[in-house]
Amino acid sequence: MEKDVFYHVAPFTGFTFPNETEVPWSELIVIYPYITGLVAGAFVVSSLHHVFGMERFAPISKFALLTSLCFMFFAPSPLLFHLGQPTRAFNAVITPHWTSAMAAFGYVAGFYVCLLLLEVWFSFRADIVKMSQTRTGIMQKVYKVLTLGSDDVSKSALDADHKIARRLAMIGIPGACGLHGYVGFLFGSLKTREWWSSDLMPIIFLLSAVGSGVGLLIVIYVVTSWWRKKPTDNGAMEGLLYVLWTGIVVVMVIEALEMVQMIYKAREGVEGVFALIQGPIQVAMIMQWGGSLLALVITSVMMVNGTKGKQLVTWLFISGLSMMIGVLAMRWNVVIGGQELSKTMRGLMTFHPEVFGRESLAVVATLFTAPFVTLYLAQKLLPVWNEEEHKH
Amino acid sequence: MNKIPSEEKMTTQDTKIEKGAGDLSRRDFLGLLGKGAACAGALAGAGSALASSGAANPLGGVGPTFQQDDAQYAEAVKNPPKIPNYNWTQHKWAFGVDADRCIGCLRCVEACKMENSVQMDRNHTRTWVERYAYLEGSNHTLVDSIHDIKNVVPGTKETRFKFDNRYKDNLYNDGKSVKKVEKVFFVAKLCNQCEKPSCVQVCPTGATYKAVDGPVLIDTKYCIGCQYCVQACPYGARSLNHSRGTAEKCNWCYHRITKGLQPACVEVCPTGTRIFGDRMDPESPVSQFIRNNKVNVLQPAMGNYPNVFYKGIDKEVF
Repeated sequence: MEKDVFYHVAPFTGFTFPNETEVPWSELIVIYPYITGLVAGAFVVSSLHHVFGMERFAPISKFALLTSLCFMFFAPSPLLFHLGQPTRAFNAVITPHWTSAMAAFGYVAGFYVCLLLLEVWFSFRADIVKMSQTRTGIMQKVYKVLTLGSDDVSKSALDADHKIARRLAMIGIPGACGLHGYVGFLFGSLKTREWWSSDLMPIIFLLSAVGSGVGLLIVIYVVTSWWRKKPTDNGAMEGLLYVLWTGIVVVMVIEALEMVQMIYKAREGVEGVFALIQGPIQVAMIMQWGGSLLALVITSVMMVNGTKGKQLVTWLFISGLSMMIGVLAMRWNVVIGGQELSKTMRGLMTFHPEVFGRESLAVVATLFTAPFVTLYLAQKLLPVWNEEEHKH
Repeated sequence: MNKIPSEEKMTTQDTKIEKGAGDLSRRDFLGLLGKGAACAGALAGAGSALASSGAANPLGGVGPTFQQDDAQYAEAVKNPPKIPNYNWTQHKWAFGVDADRCIGCLRCVEACKMENSVQMDRNHTRTWVERYAYLEGSNHTLVDSIHDIKNVVPGTKETRFKFDNRYKDNLYNDGKSVKKVEKVFFVAKLCNQCEKPSCVQVCPTGATYKAVDGPVLIDTKYCIGCQYCVQACPYGARSLNHSRGTAEKCNWCYHRITKGLQPACVEVCPTGTRIFGDRMDPESPVSQFIRNNKVNVLQPAMGNYPNVFYKGIDKEVF
């Protein structure tokens, strides 16, 4: 019965409090900000077309929007798996305790899911109506239901759709920033942990989210294009390169600033921070900075050379993937690293994730696969590649 | 196994004690409390439930048998304790720790685990004692506590604790050389029942709350087990109770103090290190302790305004 207690117990050195040796937030809480980050990043790319009218993103903007929605569906799931009493999860929504940052989660996430659903519906309404008329059998019924009784596809109606979708996207941009800045606030507002307690935390979370989200889009776009045996759109790829490069540069500068500030301020226990970086999170630190640096170098070279065509696809894919890995390592460093440094600042714990069990790497892998499967099903239902195929 | 959580449960010990102490008025009892600090050592023998150990405990170890079993849990939830004549606006509980008196016997830790059915392992506890040691020529201390495996009594499956003898003869072998020990002292730790508790601030459901009479309590029927409070507590006083899936913390034995009894750890402390009482009563042990000593609180810079007052703690105590 008590066996699970010992799964999380972390070996420690130095002076830690007894209760700290069970790390409260596991790898599930690493994946939670990672997934919300991907949501925010993908949404930003879709908005570059929807709101700012950047035509080069047109071929992927619908796809980016759907990616955002599919990942958002699963953003709360790691939290649910982590709760000691998951059946009571809605207590925080029904009777929120307003001084708690966490109490806002249900509302923030709920709002964002609704917003994404609405925007997806308005963006795809014309397609849904068309399908409801051309398809047969059960799928026709499904599409009929999805039209929600609105089958007007006159020009004025489509213009209205477009206008509403754009306005929703405009709300969505501060929404996405809020959603992810809020996740940063959850960590940054805790005064107990030096490693978290930084005013820059929301900004770091937000910017790295954009970086990883763009990385994800690049990876999925390249893989799906290869899978569909369709060429990637050069304009879109160049656009993604610019966004990714900007993301990496800003993230690296802000993260470096945060580290330098912490070290320069050298408050009591800064030795503990050094020990943490050189100890339990050393490998993840190398992955974080190595991943970002690799992506920065490759994208910079491509920017200078004006790389195009197949080379752009290959190297941008590598940059996107390495940015995704770098940001995942960064999430690990923040969430797990913060807990591996004792509140006393004079002791370290080493967290060893479980492979199987309720809070385990297997669950993390499953939860992270789920949005991809959902996205696969969603693009079967809704024609995300229409625009691109019209072009070619 | 259906364990329904409840903070306001009554242990078998309570029932026994309540029967015995039922005819004491609160006034009489507070009078006794006043003398209690002085003769706390004498109370230890009588009060310690640990004396009658030996049988297998619910976790299979050899040790005390006083933890609640599942049936008792269910009963405690079905019939919550009745606290007649208790008005929480008329009390303001506070706790004192006279670190100079602590001998590190860890009776308090074991008593607490029995009284409150805390998980019987070294990584979960409501109260603990830290041992600080200065080695010759060093400005920093070595610190250890019950989560160090060497401080667990072998063969007890982490149910019994005893500080090991690593500083024997005032010498310490750190593996490389033998160093002289300059001073060693113990500091008892527990929830500080802060005036501005971070754990209450961050609780998303309001399941943890500050009672009018001081202690910070948990409604374990409402807690969702997110552990944000565990992260937020600067003192490491909180943990997760795995069998209940909810947060766990010291509440100064709220079920006891509301009946005029002392917290279990105070009851068993043989040296009077732990002092408890009502700040609204100027003659209570804790009021006298605070009045007659220069006291300190832990990590005052956190801004939590703790209600555990320490005498005789060192700069190294965090």
